[in-house]
Amino acid sequence: MERVVLRGGRIIDPSQDMEGLYDIFIMGGRVASIKPAEEGSPVGEGWLEYDCKGLVVAPGFVDLHTHLREPGEEYKETIKTGTLAAAAGGFTTILCMANTTPPNDSEAVTRFIKKRAEEEGTVKVHPVGAITKGLEGKELTEMAELKEAGCVAVSDDGRPLMNTSLMRRALEYAGGLGLTVISHCEDIYLKEDGVMNEGFEATRLGLKGIPAQVESIMIARDIELCELTGSRLHIAHVSTRRGVELIRDAKRRGVNVTAEATPHHLLLTDRMVGYDTDFKMNPPLRTEEDVEALREALKDGTIDCVATDHAPHSSIEKDVEFDMAKDGVVGLETAFGVLMRLVHEGVLTLKELVRLLSTEPAKLMGLQAGSLSVGSPADVVVIDTEREWTVEPETFRSLSRNTPFKGWTLKGRVVRTFVDGRVVYEEE
Amino acid sequence: MRLKRKDILTIEELERDELEMIFSSAASFKEVSERDIKKVPTLRGRTIINLFYEPSTRTRTAFEIAGKRMSADVINISASASSVKKGETLMDTAKNLEAMKPDCIVIRHSSAGASHILAGLLSCSVINAGDGAHEHPTQALLDIFTIKERFGRVEGLKVLIVGDILHSRVARSNIWGLKKLGAEVTVCGPPTMIPPHIERLGCSVTYNIDHAIEDADVIIMLRIQLERQRATLFPSLREYARCWGLSAERLKRAKKDVLIMHPGPVNRGVELSPEVIDGPWSVILEQVTNGVAVRMALFYLLLGGVKED
Amino acid sequence: MPSQIMDEKAIDRALSRIAHEVVERNRGTQGLIILGIPTRGYYLAKRLKDKIDSIEGTDVPAGSVDATLYRDDIGLKKEAQPLKETDIPVPIDDRVVVLVDDVLFTGRTIRAAMNALMDFGRPTRIQLAVLVDRGHRELPIRADYVGKNIPTSVEEEVKVRLKEVDGKDEVVLIRGTEKER
Repeated sequence: MERVVLRGGRIIDPSQDMEGLYDIFIMGGRVASIKPAEEGSPVGEGWLEYDCKGLVVAPGFVDLHTHLREPGEEYKETIKTGTLAAAAGGFTTILCMANTTPPNDSEAVTRFIKKRAEEEGTVKVHPVGAITKGLEGKELTEMAELKEAGCVAVSDDGRPLMNTSLMRRALEYAGGLGLTVISHCEDIYLKEDGVMNEGFEATRLGLKGIPAQVESIMIARDIELCELTGSRLHIAHVSTRRGVELIRDAKRRGVNVTAEATPHHLLLTDRMVGYDTDFKMNPPLRTEEDVEALREALKDGTIDCVATDHAPHSSIEKDVEFDMAKDGVVGLETAFGVLMRLVHEGVLTLKELVRLLSTEPAKLMGLQAGSLSVGSPADVVVIDTEREWTVEPETFRSLSRNTPFKGWTLKGRVVRTFVDGRVVYEEE
Repeated sequence: MRLKRKDILTIEELERDELEMIFSSAASFKEVSERDIKKVPTLRGRTIINLFYEPSTRTRTAFEIAGKRMSADVINISASASSVKKGETLMDTAKNLEAMKPDCIVIRHSSAGASHILAGLLSCSVINAGDGAHEHPTQALLDIFTIKERFGRVEGLKVLIVGDILHSRVARSNIWGLKKLGAEVTVCGPPTMIPPHIERLGCSVTYNIDHAIEDADVIIMLRIQLERQRATLFPSLREYARCWGLSAERLKRAKKDVLIMHPGPVNRGVELSPEVIDGPWSVILEQVTNGVAVRMALFYLLLGGVKED
Repeated sequence: MPSQIMDEKAIDRALSRIAHEVVERNRGTQGLIILGIPTRGYYLAKRLKDKIDSIEGTDVPAGSVDATLYRDDIGLKKEAQPLKETDIPVPIDDRVVVLVDDVLFTGRTIRAAMNALMDFGRPTRIQLAVLVDRGHRELPIRADYVGKNIPTSVEEEVKVRLKEVDGKDEVVLIRGTEKER
């Protein structure tokens, strides 16, 4: 049995409210014991030792929102490259969305993804099944079978379910199976062919705007349906102040709703867009006021976790006119470094950030992850909080380069990632 | 005498002294167009490509005539005749055209920002002949040149722009240019056609044309883009003409010497009634003449010096 | 120190002489038009017109012809040159054009101006009047009327100043090392 010890690191594990200098002993891929760090004390024969002095050791990150593009668009990302990118970003567990080609609306596709991930993947992959067949918003998928095959949640992400009655049925049906519905909240009739946040910037650039209400109207609807059905609802990529307020109010009333926000919506605004298609995503970048509201919501728990919405696209989709470009940015490899800005700015503590990236998302989906407690899988991320680095898309492990953070200098970087006690990423 | 840029993409980025430079050159070129032999050898051996992804008669012709009067070789490529339909990207088309060593590419495109893409990619000069709902700088230059010619100034004039401001690149370019030169600008149209926060460009907003025309020195009427009305931004052309169209009757409220402008082509009986189009207030044809002069001036200022590396 | 070569009086005398020469050579003013090359050539043309008019009691048409768009150094100079006014008050077909400039040097400006004139019509004859001829021709062009011949070296600059533009009348020679850039 493989024996690994991470020595002398500053452990931050929000799941056990633990923060301090500890040695972590790992046996058979699980955390065997945690002891206060004792410098120089021998660990005995047969232990593979990693010196973590001066580094932070935390539970591996969990991303509830990744697009892996396989099957169907392997030129953008494969399960292999996507999980390599995840490992490089400190993510040890990811949920992959159903909008592949074909979409993950059947047991066959789910099993394909699981099999591929086991054969070629470096981190743990949990598929998200489609809510409707073909993501067409017409008929429910065979969710029981999807669950049996390995889906942990259902979502038509990328496409909103405009049929309110069907959304109700989806919540009821999924709820009965213990599956969370992840909702992409967007009123496509109000959106029309909008391509960026509606406001002065869109007016100045002559681009069709997407009002904040495109999101908040659907968040309001889904909260109402969540209340009606009592099922679990998770709101994906919240981007607006109004969205935050609706969720905050729902939570106060005890509605069974949770929510996520992305690093880009927490850091960027519509003033940075210009005509750069690497700043085009859905939902679009909003205003300073919205960013402020999202940050506030992270602190007060209205937003439960951070998710990347990692959406790889190639130059074929991005090197085109702004209104013709596909939505989406990659995020797995930059998320932690980017979010460290919030720590440096004093918005979050490092411990809060770790909780939002690991403990909390794991808990939301009932995953065995996000904790370093004894007996847990040894999914671990080792962080150098002082390391400065520059985002160079050409060095990404992801096949795609569409990041709005190109050229940013970040402080704080993942230096080593373990999955089940084995190193899956090591900084060169 | 030099513009501070290799491309003309927006009025937003032009500085006031550059605008003045363009206008004073345009005045000289207007004289050239009045000669019997309307041609000078200035841009002999230069190549200008008109790359039009949207149909246009007036603008494309004006650019073509302007180039030819300067002795440049002008090549027209329209979307239907080019490789666009074969699925070539704008980037690839641009790079292929540049490989033929043009000195200037004039582009019209339905996507906002298309001319920026080209300018960033190519070493030759790029002139934006209209990009989506963003800007149409040469139209604004000729409009303002016409105003300046008539009034001898722009400063302090009250200019009213009426119509579909939401989709109008002409409105955006004119607001930027007129504000830079000290005019007061008001936009007017159905509330559904006024883009959010337009007042942050420095103009005021009204929905009532009858009030707005009272103290206007210049009224720029925009074309209602019938093809874009699928979104049903107003109930009918009839109601539009009734509420925001300009008739001789309505013009009785305006100043006697008010200037009526329109970028064309006019929907007769919608934006303007026939008696207004053909009446003494209208400088619509003057605009067309000036459009050639302004574009000659731009070609001269962009291509009349040493090519930059 | 730039040295003054002509003062106000000298300039005026030279123009008076040229006026008489023009009238004499053309046997009066019939069919004459005087066109100056802006900026200073235009003011000289106006002065010449006034002198001829007062000699002959006529009203000779006068105006300007800008040669900028016909220059052979477009695209060689760093930037586009400012354009000046072309104002040709009557058709030049079958007329004698007296082209006026301040300094005759390489002859290239005159070539450009003549090309410009050809686009306006077919004059029977073009004559050239200059206040100063400083030599160093690069084209086979010579003046019909010269105010003063000034031998110069290529490095030197001849500057004509006129009241209408510069506040005073004089012609100065600036040595190569003193040239203003």
